[in-house]
Amino acid sequence: MNDSAIVLMLASIVAQSAPLMLAVTGETITERVGVINLSLDGTMLLTAMAGFVAALQTRKFLEPMGIEGNTLPVLVGFLVSALIGGLAALLVAWGSARLKQDQVAIGFVLTLLLADLANFLGQTFTRVPGPSVKHLSIPVLSDLPLLGPVLFDHDLMIYAIYLLVGFSWWWLYHTQPGLQLRGVGERPESAFGRGVPVSRLRYLYTGLGGAMVGAGGAAYSLNIALGWSDNHIAGIGWIALAIVIFGGWHPLRGMIGVFLYGATKAAATGLQQVFPEIPVVLFNTFQWLLMLGVLLLVGSQGIRRLVEAAPPAIRRPLTAALRIAPPRSLGRVIGDD
Amino acid sequence: METTLRRIWPAIPVLLALVSTTLLIIAFGADPIQTYGAFIEGAFGSADSTLNTFAFWIPLLLCCTGLLVTFTAGLWNIGVEGQLVMGSIGASWVAIAIAGPNPNIPAWIIIALEISAAMGAGALWAALCAVLKTRGGIHEIFVGVALNKLAEIFTNYLISNPWHPPHVGSSNFTKTERFADTALLPLMGTSQFSPLSLILVVVALVVIALALRGSSWGLRLKAMGKNLKAAFILGVPSEREAITGMMVAGALAGLGGAVRVLSWYDSLRQSIGGGIGFLAVLIVLLAGTQPILTAFIALAFSTLLTGGTTVQLRTQLHSALSGVIQGALVLFVLLFGDYNRVFRRKAEPPALVDTSHE
Repeated sequence: MNDSAIVLMLASIVAQSAPLMLAVTGETITERVGVINLSLDGTMLLTAMAGFVAALQTRKFLEPMGIEGNTLPVLVGFLVSALIGGLAALLVAWGSARLKQDQVAIGFVLTLLLADLANFLGQTFTRVPGPSVKHLSIPVLSDLPLLGPVLFDHDLMIYAIYLLVGFSWWWLYHTQPGLQLRGVGERPESAFGRGVPVSRLRYLYTGLGGAMVGAGGAAYSLNIALGWSDNHIAGIGWIALAIVIFGGWHPLRGMIGVFLYGATKAAATGLQQVFPEIPVVLFNTFQWLLMLGVLLLVGSQGIRRLVEAAPPAIRRPLTAALRIAPPRSLGRVIGDD
Repeated sequence: METTLRRIWPAIPVLLALVSTTLLIIAFGADPIQTYGAFIEGAFGSADSTLNTFAFWIPLLLCCTGLLVTFTAGLWNIGVEGQLVMGSIGASWVAIAIAGPNPNIPAWIIIALEISAAMGAGALWAALCAVLKTRGGIHEIFVGVALNKLAEIFTNYLISNPWHPPHVGSSNFTKTERFADTALLPLMGTSQFSPLSLILVVVALVVIALALRGSSWGLRLKAMGKNLKAAFILGVPSEREAITGMMVAGALAGLGGAVRVLSWYDSLRQSIGGGIGFLAVLIVLLAGTQPILTAFIALAFSTLLTGGTTVQLRTQLHSALSGVIQGALVLFVLLFGDYNRVFRRKAEPPALVDTSHE
């Protein structure tokens, strides 16, 4: 493999990362405020369909008025998807806070229901060509050797997502509202005692996170695998949920998780060519084995033992860097009255 | 007034779900009466279709029966789909490796072997899930999802490589060759219904229902489901019970898998699970671990699925409609089923009986 092949591979990892990146960041925020939205797999399927159809219909609507181009339709598609994703997440939060039902149960039912709903509602739009996101090379930066093609020669959306991930990290860890967000997720009673509007913040951030998950669905059908067909992206939601855990509920570590996932996926494709005698179907197992392996690493006591074996001087920063504990109130039913 | 509303309340979420799906059908330009009629016609229109609806119901109810055990213990056994698939693979292995080359072995021995292999495979797959949860610290939902996918990929590997039928192009793999006659369950007429499987499911449901209600095993599982920590402190060996509970569920799902390949189909094929496991989780969520209600809801859901193809034929609506109706029903009942929670009433306190002196 020569240099340009590696560059191409890295660039494609970045280019393919958009849907997962949005979903992981969104779910990280939702879980950080204490709500577990398990419906990702169904939500992303529905929003992939809805975003594509909304963009397609908007373009059809605008064309007779002489407005050409894909920018506006694609924006409408993302907005519709974000709205649906937000509503699905809010349903989980509301069912838990108002109706005192189990978040996991609601999320699981939504996973199945929204997937079927996507297939049902999208039935007349399968395999239709439609609009997609615009490509934009950033001048000067894209001419850099190596970094240029890998980081700065992509579709417009990729740049927006990096800004969003960075912003989420800054908001969570370096602002007052971010501290409140984390406080609500860790110790809602204490936060309430200090005058933080716990219930309102839970709804707000759950909805925002869900909107990002929804945008992730649109990113898939408008940017990665264009268009719509039955069960277009089945499975990606579960991967996203696992990466949130692997990322220790931290946006930047979640981003690393998304890249690692992309890299191992690319490596598996590469290995397929190196070992043609291994049946192709077996290479499909890798992402699920990877998911189990990674969660095993996080879930078992392996990491804690690793930290304890480290020299005392770096034990503290290591513990902080390898944080694996979920937000303390995650999934708990908290009243809104 | 309030008591009347409280009494009829359980029907309200069901009605809400049906009204919303009816509106959806109307929005897609179909006649709702014709659509619902087509479900019934497809599921019970002829003797064969009625028998086939029951043939579909049996593996589904076997999965549900297993889930009664795990839900009682408070475990989210999403992996039931994969356990069913591994059961199919176990039964197929006996059919291909033992029944195929030895046509002289009587059918009853082969079928007994197939059923044991299927239950064993399902139980082992479930045990793997349970150990990854108790020892690996992974939530069983994630283990279940991953093991489901792995079982599905394993099936695709088997039918595309070692069990690939000869004389068929290697890129074309959808199923194995038809199993030997001695390997298949005896069917009724031209349907896919096997009377033996009906006996098995009834026995399984009765035994599990009685064991959960009346045995100390059932009581231990219940204690775990209500409060895991308290159960552990009071001396319930919770890890062992979790693993055995999962294995019972896996064995029953595996039996369902055997029924699936040996009567519903006659070979192992792609997506052999067909979403039955996920459907079973929905059903048990809806029925709330009540065995008889579970059986009836499973029959209703089987009607929706086996009737779905006729609906598609008559109204051109996508067959995902069945799933939409099922999902909407469970979601509405889950959210709005509890009168006290919807109207913020205090639940009636349970009668306190002092038994400390007995």
